[in-house]
This record gives sequence, structure tokens and C-alpha cells, in this order.
Amino acid sequence: MNLHEYQAKEIFARYGIPVPQGALAVSPEGARAAAKQIGGEKFVVKAQVHAGGRGKAGGVKLVNGFDAVEEAAKTMLGTRLVTKQTGAQGLPVHSVWVEKPSGIARELYVSALVDRSRERLVFMASAAGGMDIEEVAAHTPEKIKSVAVHPAAGLQPYQARELGFFMGLTKEQVDQFTRILSGLYRIFTDLDASLVEINPLIVTTEGNVFALDAKLNFDDNALYRQKAIADMRDPTQEDERERVALQYDLNYVSLEGDIGCMVNGAGLAMATMDIIKLHGGQPANFLDVGGGATAERVTNAFKLITSSPDVKAILVNIFGGIVRCDLIAEGIIEAVKQVGLKVPVVARLQGTNMEKGQEMLKSSGLAITPVSDLTEAAKTVVAAAQAK
Amino acid sequence: MSILVNKSTRVICQGFTGKQGTFHSEQCLAYGTRMVGGVTPGRGGSSHLNLPVFNTCHDAVKATGAEASMIYVPAPFAADAILEAADAGVKIVICITEGIPVNDMVKVKATLRANYPDTVLIGPNCPGVITPGECKIGIMPGHIHKPGRIGIVSRSGTLTYETVHQTTANGLGQSTCVGIGGDPVRGYGFIDVISMFQKDPQTEGIIMVGEIGGSSEEEAAAYIKANVTKPVIAYIAGVTAPAGKRMGHAGAIISGGKGTADEKFAALEAAGVTTVRSPADLGSAMKKALKA
Repeated sequence: MNLHEYQAKEIFARYGIPVPQGALAVSPEGARAAAKQIGGEKFVVKAQVHAGGRGKAGGVKLVNGFDAVEEAAKTMLGTRLVTKQTGAQGLPVHSVWVEKPSGIARELYVSALVDRSRERLVFMASAAGGMDIEEVAAHTPEKIKSVAVHPAAGLQPYQARELGFFMGLTKEQVDQFTRILSGLYRIFTDLDASLVEINPLIVTTEGNVFALDAKLNFDDNALYRQKAIADMRDPTQEDERERVALQYDLNYVSLEGDIGCMVNGAGLAMATMDIIKLHGGQPANFLDVGGGATAERVTNAFKLITSSPDVKAILVNIFGGIVRCDLIAEGIIEAVKQVGLKVPVVARLQGTNMEKGQEMLKSSGLAITPVSDLTEAAKTVVAAAQAK
Repeated sequence: MSILVNKSTRVICQGFTGKQGTFHSEQCLAYGTRMVGGVTPGRGGSSHLNLPVFNTCHDAVKATGAEASMIYVPAPFAADAILEAADAGVKIVICITEGIPVNDMVKVKATLRANYPDTVLIGPNCPGVITPGECKIGIMPGHIHKPGRIGIVSRSGTLTYETVHQTTANGLGQSTCVGIGGDPVRGYGFIDVISMFQKDPQTEGIIMVGEIGGSSEEEAAAYIKANVTKPVIAYIAGVTAPAGKRMGHAGAIISGGKGTADEKFAALEAAGVTTVRSPADLGSAMKKALKA
């Protein structure tokens, strides 16, 4: 789960990490009031969306005076911001963050995430901040240093000092940086973050270390014990169908293609998408109905897939293990009757009671083609989508 | 021979009397797994599925001599269950539970490494381990398996079943199948399992099913090149997955161009591993490799 920049900065402030003074506004008038409250002449107005690349897309503006703040907010609010991370549809701007600009002497980078190989929380820091860190990692890996934290001992000050001096900070600044890192560590462990990133972390012209940006992602598996974080979710920033899927407890990701997929198990779902592509088709989605695929779940999954106007054919690929194929067939037939399917369906049922399931689909009189072989199923659905 | 578990392995179930624990324990018993009891705190002294129930893992191990445990405890309590099993001296801990917070697993792994270095953890978020015809610990459908020559190791559940189905259909059968799970921080990895298959005389060929995210397939490729003489067939799921999106499994996320299926295929091919681009070709490719 992601947060907005303003929410992340509020959390930063609570954990003693210095951020520029700012205020949130949901209207142009509100933005003016926010600027007045902050005081001064220059302000930064930042569109609040769940995506990076806002600056280049016109979502971050440095302006002079209250009128200009109001004007900037007006041009952003109510629009959809399209950045390189959002896709062509963009994301809706419902609020702006008005901030006091900082005099920047240096731009640094710091982040924290769990490293799978080391199986520990790792902090990464670089003096090459303000740019794409993946680029830095690819071309100049020596400019990035990382330290791994032992979960029993927690982050130690020496580890923060190591990163601070590596970035060329003064002793005074290293002390400030150590406090910032300690705050990030507590955010990560107290709130079950999955990624904490500050890019750029700045040294101001006065020589102080500040978090100019703030990015926080959270571990979905831990939201059950992070009620306050879960309540900060902004559904308007999420894909419509992915949001509905969440309500049905289905794993769903929207993709660009035209063949809807319904599969049990995440690995098999990915493999099904791959085999469609291998035979010349494009999957419209990733959908895992889960191991305990019931008739009701199958029905909901069908509704979800067919709600996309792009879908021209559907491939159902179920490996019946504990779940019986005849029960899945029953669910598919029920779903097709309820939803009133307008596109061809290819159903590959394999495993427990597959003959019975295939027979039920065949005799249902509906436009469902039962297939038992995986390759044949992929070829059939690709042909069906291309015929449409 | 087989690896990890066989017909003499004594198995307990943690979360024994719950809905999942009950259902899958029944299935395992029906398959012939030597189950000797279960653990549900507060239900100690009672009996369930004609087996004794214990309050703690220590009690269960002391009374039954259990060597393996299968865990169906809900995610908020699963990390605790893994460490309880390790502390009680269970040698093989198989955690089926899905959805354990990654911070919990970081603590579990650090503790296992420091205090219980000999405990084998399989999972979490995995289908379990099966030695066909002898011992099934987990949620896989037993009847699709057939005792045989192929060792299967996989990060995915249903994709493992697909692989099993293909090796059975091709008349090869399986020595042991190990689901290592879809989480970013987990117990046994590809290398641990592959090294056991290499040593196991019953295993003649190894099928490895990976997926996007992390670098464990790349590390396995290097290991195979240096140490494995048996034929290995590999498939990686997620060629079509977009970057930055979580595809069901918490571990299946590609960030910053790292961990893509293409990179993994390339690393495996460079190591001399035969890869298949279609998940439907795993069984036939192995049959061909064994004939050669």
C-alpha cells in the first residue's frame, strides 16, 4: 500500500525527521490560505498523486506570491496528472501540498527496504541524490553504500555514521543524519513499512539536513496490525478493477491486452499469461482466484474480467487439486448465466474430477470451449480473440 | 531414497484443530503420512482425528518423537509457531501459512540462523513437501503424484501441480517435490533443495520452477554450473509481468529492472541449464533430457 507525499511527511515529522514547513489544500482558496499560514513570498505547490515523475509532468510548481499559489493549485486540482509512472490515464489530483522552498546546497539519497538475499533490513545511501537511483546503481554502483541491520540489535549509530561520512557530511550533519536514520528505522519496524525512500535528502544552504521528498510503502500482509496506516489508503489513486478485486479478496492486476485470464494460484496465473503471449496473444489481466476457488469467487472473478471493455476472449485455467473441477465448472456456468457473457470462453480444467467438469461445460449449451491441454487452450483463446 | 521426508517420518500439525489443519491433516492421513498428533494451545489432553492433541510443541515432541511439523496457524501467529517448533527440536518445519509480515520473517530467520542452525524451514506460503507414495505434508493433491525419478522444486503452488502432472503423464514420476514458497524471506531456497537432489540416488533429473523477483534463480544457476551433474530443466513464470506490480506472491515484484524473467532465463542458460519458454513443455523436455 502507498501513501501520498503529505501523509508520509506527516509521519516523518512525528518520528523527528525534519521536513520543510507545509500545509495541505483541497481548493485554490485553501491553497492561498495555506500559503498565508506558512508565510513568506515563494512557495512550492505539489500535486498529490501516487506516482513519481511529477516535476516533469507539471505537478510541481515553484511560484511567487499568494495569487500565483492559488493559480497553480487551480491548474492542478480536479485534473488527472500523467507522469511516466502513471500510464496514459493519469491519476486524479484531489489535493495539493503547499510548501516553503528550501535553499539546496546538496542533494543526497537514502532508502530502507528488506534485502531478500541478506534477509535483513538494509539502508542504502548515496551522495548522488535527486536523480534516478536505478541509473546510479546501474552505471556507478560505487556511489551507493549499504548497511544491513540485525533485527535483534536494531540500527546502530555507527552504521548511520558510516553512511553519513561516506556521503561527505560534516560531523554536525552526520549527527543530524543519524537522528533521521533512527527515525526511518523506527518507521520501518513500528509501522511495517516495505519501502522508505527520501530522494532527495538535502543539505540546505544553512547546512542542515532535510527530507525534501518522502516515499513510504507498506507491507500489505501487516496491515491487519496497522489500522491507522490502513485508514490512510486513498482508493481514488488505485485502479478501479484492482480496488473491486480487493473487496472480493481476489488477486488482480490490470494489464494492457485483450485476453482475460482466470487462474488458481499466482505462479500458474503468471505462467498462463506467459503462454498466451508465447502464442501471439496479449493478457488483459493477472487474476488469481486462490486455492479455495468457490462458485461465488468464480462468479465475482468473471464479473471483474468482463467489466473491462477491452476483453475479447477469456481463458480459464484451473488446476483442480483440493478444489474439484466439477465445482469449478458449476461456478463458471452460474457466472456465465448471471453475467450474460458476450465473449468466447476457453476453459482448461485439469486435475480432480476433470472429466465430469469438462462434460458439464460441454452440455451447458453456453459458448464455453472445454480444453484439457494447456498449449491447445492458449492457442484456442488467442485465435478466438483475434477472430473478434 | 528421497529427500527430506519418507514413510517413517513422524509428523505433527500445528493449528491441528482449526478448519484448515483438520481438513489437510485428514487428507495427509488418507495419503498414508505417519501423523502422530497435533498442537492447539488450550486443547491439550484431548483427541482429534484419533490422534493426541498437545498444548505445546515441546509436549508433542516429547510424547511422540515428532521429526516434522506442518503449520496451518493463521498469519499473525505463524512466526511464533515456527520458532516454537524449532525450539522444541522439530527437525523439519513446513509452514503452509500465507500472508506473514516480512518483518516477522526477518526476525524468524535471524533467530533460526543464530540458535537453531540445523532446523530446516520450508516455506512459508508454500504447498509443502511430498515424497510420492510415502509421505505428504501440505496441501498438494496427493493423487496426481507418482513415485519416480524427478525432483521438483518450485516457488509456486499450482504451477508445481502442473509440473507434477506433466512428469506423471510422461511416465517419469517424482522422487520428492518441494514447494519453497512465494515469499521474499523464506526458509529453504533453490540451492538447498537442489544440492539434496544432486546427492539423492533416486533423483535422476531436477525440474526447477522459478518466478520473477529477487535473485535466487540467478544464484541457483551459478550453483548448478559448479556442482550439479544431473539434468536440470527450468522455467521462470512472469515474462509478461509489468515492473513494480505485485503479482499475487509478495515476492513476485520486479523493481528497477532487477529480477525479470528474461534475466533469470539468461543466467540459467549461461549455466548450461535447459530452459523452456512454455510451462506446458516441462515434462516433455525432461523426458528428452533423460533419453539423451
